[in-house]
Amino acid sequence: MTTTLDTPTRPARTRRRGERSPAAALLSHAALTVAALIALFPIVWLVFLSLGPDKDDYLHPDRILDKATFGNYSYVLQHTGFFDWLKSTLIVGLGTTVLGVAIAATTGYAVSRMRFPGYRKLMWILLLTQAFPIAVLIVPMYEIFGELGLIDSYLGLILVNCTTAVPYSAWLLKGYFDTIPFEIDEAGRVDGLTPFGTFARLILPLARPGLAVAAFYNFITAFGEVAFATTFMLDDSKYTFAVGLQSFVSEHDAQWNYMAATAVLIAVPVSAFFYLVQRNLVTGLTAGGTKG
Amino acid sequence: MTVAIDRATGKRRPAAPGGGGPRPGPLQRLRNGYHKYWYAYAMTAPVVIVLGGLIGYPLVRGVYLTLTDANSLNSARTIGVNHIDATYRFIGLDNYADILWGPTAYDRFWSHFIWTIVWTAVCVTLHYVIGLTLALLLNQKLRGRTVYRLLLVLPWAVPTFVTVFSWRVMLADSGLINSALGALSLPQPAWLEDTFFQRAAAIMVNTWCGVPFMLLSLLGGLQAVDASLYEAAEMDGANAWQRFRHVTLPGLRPVSSTVVLLGVIWTFNQFAIIFLLFGTSAPDAQILVNWAYYLGFGQQPRDFAQSAAYGVLLLSILAVFTSVYFRRLKRGDQLGTV
Repeated sequence: MTTTLDTPTRPARTRRRGERSPAAALLSHAALTVAALIALFPIVWLVFLSLGPDKDDYLHPDRILDKATFGNYSYVLQHTGFFDWLKSTLIVGLGTTVLGVAIAATTGYAVSRMRFPGYRKLMWILLLTQAFPIAVLIVPMYEIFGELGLIDSYLGLILVNCTTAVPYSAWLLKGYFDTIPFEIDEAGRVDGLTPFGTFARLILPLARPGLAVAAFYNFITAFGEVAFATTFMLDDSKYTFAVGLQSFVSEHDAQWNYMAATAVLIAVPVSAFFYLVQRNLVTGLTAGGTKG
Repeated sequence: MTVAIDRATGKRRPAAPGGGGPRPGPLQRLRNGYHKYWYAYAMTAPVVIVLGGLIGYPLVRGVYLTLTDANSLNSARTIGVNHIDATYRFIGLDNYADILWGPTAYDRFWSHFIWTIVWTAVCVTLHYVIGLTLALLLNQKLRGRTVYRLLLVLPWAVPTFVTVFSWRVMLADSGLINSALGALSLPQPAWLEDTFFQRAAAIMVNTWCGVPFMLLSLLGGLQAVDASLYEAAEMDGANAWQRFRHVTLPGLRPVSSTVVLLGVIWTFNQFAIIFLLFGTSAPDAQILVNWAYYLGFGQQPRDFAQSAAYGVLLLSILAVFTSVYFRRLKRGDQLGTV
């Protein structure tokens, strides 16, 4: 089948396309195993450290095995702001999610279906805003929010997160709307729906997976945002997880054991949820770009 | 499809456009245009308004701030019940001049600038090469592919602000990594103190965090490459390297160009990793974003004007890079079309 010249002399060893020699397969397995261990290790290590009762246990990991306990977890749940942080994170995360998708949906549809004067400019702005470094907005926003009394408020942080969530959602939803056949719009139009009607009654229900990806992305963005949350949230009961986790490690005292337990508590649900949706996430991420 | 359908109204154009009839006058055309685009503008209005308020206005304020000498001592502030008005002055382009060629400009701007470029180039290259290697390995028939895939994506699944702390524990003096190096009788560098090793550590952590995204995107790209192209190449006697060079890489081009651009932008703007790894304690390992943050919020008195000026410079660098990148991409497409 292939053009390999040794096929006639060694017919028994002919391999089908896509199959590798045992040595090559072994090498692949070895490389992938090493990579997987590197990917896995820091997280396993965090889980392991979270079982050690003393804050210096990370220096003597061998001693943890003998005294492993879930004490850190009960301490974190009972004596730290864990549930306050959970509440803040959920408020900010869900607020960003809902607001971001709601604002961006019609725009995503418009730039997917219509060409209008200013179209290219709008697309360019949507793309460029994703490249905004935090440094360019954080100072003026600190000043403006100070004037408006939005420092140390959930709404302020939601608005900050919307600066990335809104353009990104619009971009991502455009990519998804592009995959919905244009004929559906036409059918709606023929039946007398306005573009708004077409969008609300026909396209939006079809675009649920795309909306879900955008929502998930917005949530993750708000969840993982470090710079603004660290700077704008002053009251430690309003910290999001990204700020709260830092509070275990100050210059004077580092409670690594509690930090590790909190980290595990945060990471488990998030990564579980991530695995449920990640296949869609990647498709969504690159779709907007390649079809631009 | 785009030819046959009027994208503004969504109606199918008549087969022979015009079909006779006189051309409408200018007023009529304006009215037609308004009717035609009314929906589009109404639909994009929310985003335009929100972006105008949340990005446009702060951007203008930010640019104005860069032309002043604002810092935390002369900005408007409220202490207790007393409100103090802002007293900063307009000083023109002095901030930019000072940043770019003022005294000690090398230590403040250019050293960070060079490190930022090196950081971006090294990280994105590592992301891409490692991501592509792993994607190629995963793209073959292999037992346990799914398991490998799930494990390799883990660094992306767990929030960065969590995993960076894990690295910080491991990289600490007499932490796990140095203990392991010591057990092998290798030198034990001060990862979190010495500038060179701080930088190496930052690149290592960022690479660890960034590979999964590249891996998944490129894996998706590989699976989209038409299998018959490989068969054709094999028929023509192409060896594995030639197939990779002339089928795989060109086939990956649309995905590659997107993820490399995203990778450059994200890495250039990567604030969280260096911030969480070193705090504000490592002045020489800070890339420009972190340095700008340090100027505005990590020191006393806070230098708002210079921090904002750094922000504007960063945005300009990225905007120039992005437009050059797109122009190159377009030119490449024209030349490279088969």
